[in-house]
Amino acid sequence: MDAFTTLDGLVVPLDRANVDTDAIIPKQFLKSVKRSGFGPNLFDEWRYLDVGEPDQDGVPLGYSSGRPLNADFVLNQPRYNGAQILIARDNFGCGSSREHAVWALLDYGIRVVIAPSFADIFYNNCFKNGVLPFALSGDEVDRLFNEIEASEGYRLKVDLAAQHVTLPSGETMRFEIDNFRKACLLQGLDEIGLSLQHADAVHDYETKRKQDAPWLFAS
Amino acid sequence: MSKNTLYDKLWDSHQVRETDEGASVLYIDRHLVHEVTSPQAFEGLRMAGRKPWRADSVLATPDHNVPTTDRSRGIEETVARIQVETLDNNCDEFGLTEYKMDDPRQGIVHVVGPESGATLPGMTVVCGDSHTSTHGALGALSFGIGTSEVEHVLATQCLIQKKSKNMLIQVGGRLRDGVSAKDMALAIIGEIGTAGGTGYAIEFGGEAVRALSVEGRMTLCNMTIEAGARVGMVAVDDKTIEYVRGRIYAPKPEQWEQAKAAWADLHSDEGAEFDRVVTIDGAAIEPQVTWGTSPEMVLPVGGTVPRPEDEADSVKRGNIERALVYMGLEGGQAITDIKLDKVFIGSCTNSRIEDLRDAAALINGRQVAESINQALVVPGSGLVKRQAEAEGLDQVFTEAGFEWREPGCSMCLAMNADRLGDGEHCASTSNRNFEGRQGQGGRTHLVSPAMAAAAAIAGHFVDVAQYMQTPDNKEEV
Ligand code: SF4
Repeated sequence: MDAFTTLDGLVVPLDRANVDTDAIIPKQFLKSVKRSGFGPNLFDEWRYLDVGEPDQDGVPLGYSSGRPLNADFVLNQPRYNGAQILIARDNFGCGSSREHAVWALLDYGIRVVIAPSFADIFYNNCFKNGVLPFALSGDEVDRLFNEIEASEGYRLKVDLAAQHVTLPSGETMRFEIDNFRKACLLQGLDEIGLSLQHADAVHDYETKRKQDAPWLFAS
Repeated sequence: MSKNTLYDKLWDSHQVRETDEGASVLYIDRHLVHEVTSPQAFEGLRMAGRKPWRADSVLATPDHNVPTTDRSRGIEETVARIQVETLDNNCDEFGLTEYKMDDPRQGIVHVVGPESGATLPGMTVVCGDSHTSTHGALGALSFGIGTSEVEHVLATQCLIQKKSKNMLIQVGGRLRDGVSAKDMALAIIGEIGTAGGTGYAIEFGGEAVRALSVEGRMTLCNMTIEAGARVGMVAVDDKTIEYVRGRIYAPKPEQWEQAKAAWADLHSDEGAEFDRVVTIDGAAIEPQVTWGTSPEMVLPVGGTVPRPEDEADSVKRGNIERALVYMGLEGGQAITDIKLDKVFIGSCTNSRIEDLRDAAALINGRQVAESINQALVVPGSGLVKRQAEAEGLDQVFTEAGFEWREPGCSMCLAMNADRLGDGEHCASTSNRNFEGRQGQGGRTHLVSPAMAAAAAIAGHFVDVAQYMQTPDNKEEV
């Protein structure tokens, strides 16, 4: 996993609440057995005017060049080209647990997601992939939406170690993040490797459980 | 002695240790695996040269991509076939138990788990699927995880987790006839909203919950994730224990008494504290129908679709407007005036034997309306299918004009060929009515099995009570 420390990036505003993972990456693209290549199909149903299908005739999954774009959809507006920060409304990432949603955002180039609130599983999945999600208050998010709308090329500077985001005016907004997640993200740590450091404790636990609840080890 | 909630007890009994940062290393007893969220996890294991920590804790089955029609020629769509074959190969390579597509026990992973006894009271259960909350109906701690965590559990048998807050949802009173666990789930989501449970583990209690069958409790816990919570639970009682007895992976006879004694403690202590308590009057719940593109956009069947102009909050008004456009509905329209094109009875929410019995009882010799293009019944597992056939339910459905299919997720998410066309309205017993969920441009209305059956007969939504009052008034047999 790539580490995340700071990012100075263009912001794209997605003015919707309850953006679900079905919308972020529709199910027909979940048939891939890889982690990459989902970017072209990020928000597929909103981004394109035709129906996106993973091609069955040898065109790689996620291929999408030449498809008719929905010019009204925010990601298709030229001023947001190359955005690395996505801002949206409440309950972002609700629905299915598909980590493909995070892979699609990342593959497209998004490293930071800002919203007033997130669905738990999506939020968790972000940290496994070097994507930083953080919540700001509804008022702060409102203000950012207004400022982004008003000025083309609007950028934010995100500093994970300091836990704040700096606005073009120089003002900062603070965000909360749990220490363990922060440490893993800052260093791009392999969590499985970290967990295996507890292996002895896990073996001890299993020995005890086998006595207390032998049926759990029956099959 | 301290008073603990059911969630506290399940958590404490699985905490291997606390990390320096205050998180818990949580031991996982059962890991359910399906084909969509696991390939990248197995690939990760291989790349790191790791092996599953405890192969016997895994039970796998393909469900999302499998065809529900004749399977004798395998899966025709190449990418779907590759994904199912990848699961087969991974399970073979790592020595994991899998109910493959041609196994009579294959089915939707959340139906297969409890049915086989692979998920039991007091367990921690995970799966790369958000509806893993289902298994909490047995008094287990079960929740959905992402693919990276699937790999984590395979490699370490543990997850590093932060404990959630405790919420109790008390449903008092008695449900009216024709009102089911599904209506209860939808009414709760309508009450607390799709983010109402975010950050919480929810325990369902109260007279109306206790009165539910174990399968009904599964329906209720299944939709906890639609209320924003990863974990839903119901305390163990005699019904739970009777349900588990004799299943394939249930405790052996010589372990049975020990298991029963351990399970007797799987309830919240009298006076245990919850961070939030929600009280709902079960007797007041009516059959529910969703009208919009989020499960919280739900109304009693007698209701009318909201008018945006009545909503003061601009963000909410925008959501209503967008949902009305997508759904092709007008503010103020009666729910019973929504014309339907398709009906789907199935999914991990409502494809168990009791669900099929409910729907079949409602049909009771009546016919699917002419205006319905397709009505599908997709049993949750091969065993459910076999049981239903033994009871003659398949006959009831096919004679009424329903198609009787092979088990799988099917039109719940339309990864296989079963899907809605652009603009089609569907009465569906599944759990998500998101835009495009059942096919691009498709319009989903979530309902109970009996409501779906009633809608199939009428061609539009009706209160099930209408058909239940006249059980003998068969139009034709
Ligand atoms: S039936 Fe639907 S909700 Fe359940 S596991 Fe399958 S796709 Fe997911």
